[in-house]
Amino acid sequence: MSATNFIGQSVKRKEDYRFLTGEGTYTDDVVLPRQTHACFVRSPHAHAKIRKIAKDKALKAPGVVAIFTGEDIAAAKVGGLPCGWLITDVNGAPMKEPPHPVLAQGKVRYVGDHVAVVIAESIEQARDAADLLETDYEVLPAVVNASVARAQGAPVLHDIAPDNTCYVWGIGDKAAVDKAFASAHHVTTLEFVNNRLIPNAIEPRAANAQYSRSDESYTLYVANQNPHVERLLMTAFVLGLPEHKVRVVAPDVGGGFGSKIYLYAEDVVLTWAAKQVNRPVKWTAERAESFQSDAHGRDHVTRAELALDREGRFLGMRVMTTANVGAYLSTFASCVPTILYATLLAGQYTTPLIYCEVTAVFTNTAPVDAYRGAGRPEATYVVERLVETAAREMNLEPAEIRRRNFIRQFPYQTPVALQYDTGNYEATLAEAIQAADVAGFPGRKAEAAKRGKLRGLGYACYIEACGIAPSNIAGSLGARAGLFEAGEVRVHPTGKVTVFTGSHSHGQGHETTFAQVVASRLGIAVEDVDIVHGDTGKVLFGMGTYGSRSIAVGGTAIVKALDKIVAKGRKIAAHLLEASEADIEFTDGVFRVAGTDKQAPFAQVSLAAYVPHNYPLDKLEPGLNENAFYDPTNFTFPAGSYVCEVEVDPETGSTQIVNFTAVDDFGKIINPMIVEGQVHGGLVQGIGQALTEACVYDTDSGQLVTGSMQDYCVPRADDVPSFRIGTKETPCTHNPLGVKGCGEAGAIGSPAALINALTDALGVRDLEMPATPQRVWRAANKKAA
Amino acid sequence: MHKISVKINGNAYEEEVESRLLLVHFLRDKVNLKGTHVGCDTGNCGACTVFLNGKPIKSCNMLAVQADGAELTTIEGLERDGALHPVQEAFLDKFAIQCGYCTPGMVLSALALLQSNRRPNEEEIREAIEGNICMCTGYQQIVDAVAHAADLMGQSRS
Repeated sequence: MSATNFIGQSVKRKEDYRFLTGEGTYTDDVVLPRQTHACFVRSPHAHAKIRKIAKDKALKAPGVVAIFTGEDIAAAKVGGLPCGWLITDVNGAPMKEPPHPVLAQGKVRYVGDHVAVVIAESIEQARDAADLLETDYEVLPAVVNASVARAQGAPVLHDIAPDNTCYVWGIGDKAAVDKAFASAHHVTTLEFVNNRLIPNAIEPRAANAQYSRSDESYTLYVANQNPHVERLLMTAFVLGLPEHKVRVVAPDVGGGFGSKIYLYAEDVVLTWAAKQVNRPVKWTAERAESFQSDAHGRDHVTRAELALDREGRFLGMRVMTTANVGAYLSTFASCVPTILYATLLAGQYTTPLIYCEVTAVFTNTAPVDAYRGAGRPEATYVVERLVETAAREMNLEPAEIRRRNFIRQFPYQTPVALQYDTGNYEATLAEAIQAADVAGFPGRKAEAAKRGKLRGLGYACYIEACGIAPSNIAGSLGARAGLFEAGEVRVHPTGKVTVFTGSHSHGQGHETTFAQVVASRLGIAVEDVDIVHGDTGKVLFGMGTYGSRSIAVGGTAIVKALDKIVAKGRKIAAHLLEASEADIEFTDGVFRVAGTDKQAPFAQVSLAAYVPHNYPLDKLEPGLNENAFYDPTNFTFPAGSYVCEVEVDPETGSTQIVNFTAVDDFGKIINPMIVEGQVHGGLVQGIGQALTEACVYDTDSGQLVTGSMQDYCVPRADDVPSFRIGTKETPCTHNPLGVKGCGEAGAIGSPAALINALTDALGVRDLEMPATPQRVWRAANKKAA
Repeated sequence: MHKISVKINGNAYEEEVESRLLLVHFLRDKVNLKGTHVGCDTGNCGACTVFLNGKPIKSCNMLAVQADGAELTTIEGLERDGALHPVQEAFLDKFAIQCGYCTPGMVLSALALLQSNRRPNEEEIREAIEGNICMCTGYQQIVDAVAHAADLMGQSRS
C-alpha cells in the first residue's frame, strides 16, 4: 500500500483534542459584545385561542430590552416557515400547507408552540419577565392521535384542512396488488404502531443572532446541520433579506440526528429581533423546550400485508399508513412518510408488486420530521416484521424465507421507484448468521429455559437509500431544493490544503474522514489538510448533512474538485519538467514524466502556481484553487443483516440483549473506527426505540407526558450490550469513492431485529414498541396463563 | 448577592453571585470555562459533571453558593504540562468521541471510576458511566476507552 493512501485506515480524529480539553465551541459558548438573552414564552395548552397578551407588566421588569408577540411579527410582515417538499394527493391536489407562523397568530396548536419572545440583559431577567407576561387563552378541545383526528367531529387545527388531513398519498399499482393477494397461498397481516420519538441531541438547540447597522448584515450562530439551507429558507422565504447579507455559522454542533436540519421559529425570531433591538440576541433551549419543540420522529400507525406463494415467495405487499405530522409541517415533514418511506418497502427482496398509501394528519402535537433514518426505519420495520411473521406462520426458517426472496441481479428496479445499483445480501446474512452463532442458539435457548428464562432470536435485513438524488428527479417528486453538494479545494503555495465542504459534521468526524480522502488523492499527509464546514461566510455553498449523504455526495464533490486540482497540476508540471502533459503521471504526491526520473513534488507545483515565474502564463491562470458541485445520478443503497438474541425474565419482564450482531455493507469504508462508532450509535438509538423510548401525549389534555429526561428514557451505558460488528464491501457503482454512507443504518435495522427476537422469545405474534418490562411481562404471563 | 471563593483547576476565584445561580452557570458564564456543558437541566445527563473536592458531582444540581470554599476540577484542568491526561488520551485512541458535547462529563466520570477501581471490568465501567448520557456513540467505544485508560494509568504509575 502506498504511504499516502489513508483510505480504510482508522486515522485518529483531528477534532478530538478540542472536545477532550473543553475547547470545542458550541453555539451557547459564543458570547457577543452587548449580548442580550431571549426567553420564549410557549403555549401551556395543546389547542387554544389567544384572547389577549398584555406586555405592560413584563416590560417593566428589570433588564427587559424588548418583548415581541405574533402581532409584532405580523405587523413586520415576517413570513411563516416553509415546507421543503410538495406532496401531491392521490386525487391530484397539492397537500394542505397551513401557515406556520414563527410566533402564534391568534391560536396555539401544541404545547410548546411559540407565543412570544422576551429579550433581556440576562437570561434570568428574561425568564423573570416572561413569568409576568399576561396571556389569556380560550382553551379548545385537543387531539393528539392521528386516527382520532380524522374522525367526524374531531377538533380542527387548521381551517384549510377541515378533516385534519394534509394529504393522502399513494405509490404502486393497487389493482395489480389486490389481484396478487386474491390468488395468494398465504397472507400475513400485521397492524402496528411505529412509536413517536424525541431526538434529544445532547446539545440543546441554540441560536445567537447579530445585526450590524454599518453594512446591514446579519450573523446567525445556530446549532444546525445545514447552514446554507437555513440561510436560503430564512432569507428567501421568511424574512425577505438579501441572502448575501446573512451569514449563518453552525460551529461545533452537539449531535443532530435530523432534529437540527430544520429552519425553526426561534432562529427566525432571533434574527429578526437582533435588528429590532440592534443588539445580539441569544437563546439556548432548556431540555424541557427541546422535548416540546424539537421536531419529533416516526409516529406511524400501519396495517401491512404480505402475500406469499406456497414456497414462501413474496407476491405482493399492501401497506396502509397513517402518519402523524404534528401541528404544522416542519421543513421536510411531508417527504419523510412518503418518498423516504414507501419507496423502501421492497427491502432486499424481489416482491414484484407493492402498494402503499399514506395519510398524513395534523394533530395538536409537536411537528414531526426526519429523525435518524427518516422513513427508512419505519419501512424496514414493516418489511422485516412481516417477513419474520410470515416465516413463522409458514414454518420456514426466517433466514431461508429471506434467501428465497433476495434480489440477486443488479441493477434492480423495484416496483416502488428506486433502482438499486448493487448489493450482496446473501453475503451479509451469511456472515451475520455465522458471527451470531445461530447454529448454537437452540442449545442456548434450552440452557436459558432451565434457568426459567425465555430466549429468542430475530433477524432484520434492511436496505436504506442514502444521498437522496438526483436533483431533477427529486424535483419532479416535489422537492423544493437541490440535492447536490459543493466542495472547494484551496491549495496554499506551500502545498498545504484547506478544503471547504457543504457537508456538516455534528459528530460524524468529517474533519478526519474527508482529510483522509484529500490526503490520499493528493499524496500528502493528513495533517496537511484542514476541512472547513458549517459557515456560509467561508464555504461556497452546501446542502448540509442528513440522510447519510456526507461522504457519498459531499465527499464526491471534493473528489471532483481534487480531480481539477490534479489536472491543473499536471499542466503546471508538464511546463516545469519540459514534457508533454500527456506524459505526466501523478502518484503518491509526485508529478513524474512517465518512464523518466524527472519529477516535481506536489508542493513544488503548488508553489509554481502562486509564484508563477517559470509558468505558462499565456495558457494557464496562476493559483491552485478549484471547486465542484456534484449532483449524484442515483441514491446509494447500504444494506445489512442484523441478528439479535434476547433473554427475557418472565418474572420481571426485563429484557437482556445477550447478543447483537450487525453486518453492514456500506461500500468502501474510509475510516473503519469512525464507521463502527456510527453503527454503534445507530444501533443504540434503534434499541431505544424498540425497548425504552416513547413520546407520550395525554389524549385528553394534549399535555406532553414525557417532557424531561426523567420521563423519557434514552438508553444508558448499562442498558445496552457491546455489539459484534462486521462489514462487507460492495462498492457503490456510481460515485468515484465507491461509498454508500453509514450514519443511519443501525437505527434502521435494529428495532425490527429486536422485536422479532422478543416475539420469538415470548411466542407472541406482536409486541408494541417500546417493549417496556411492563409490556413484556404482560406478554409473557398472558401466554403462561 | 453573595460573595463566594472557590479554587478551580488550581486558580482562586472570588465572585459576587446571585443566590439562584447554578454552579454550572457560574463555571460557564462567570469564570468562562465553557468545557462544562448543560444537557438536560435535571441532573440526568451528566454533561455538567465536574469534581468538587475530589468527587464527581453534577454541577447543574448545585448552587454556586453551595460551592463556596470548595476546590473544583473541570475538564480544562486535566492536562498536565500540555500533555493530555491518560483518560483523555484513551478517549482519543479509542474513538470514544463523536459530537464531543458529553465528552467532558464522560471523561470526568471515567476518571472518578478509575480513581476508586484501577481495573474495572465492562460491567463496572457501564455502571459507572450510566449517569452520563451519550446520544452518539452507543457507549461501546467509550467503554473500550475507559478500559484502555486503566491500562495507560497503570503504565504511567509504574
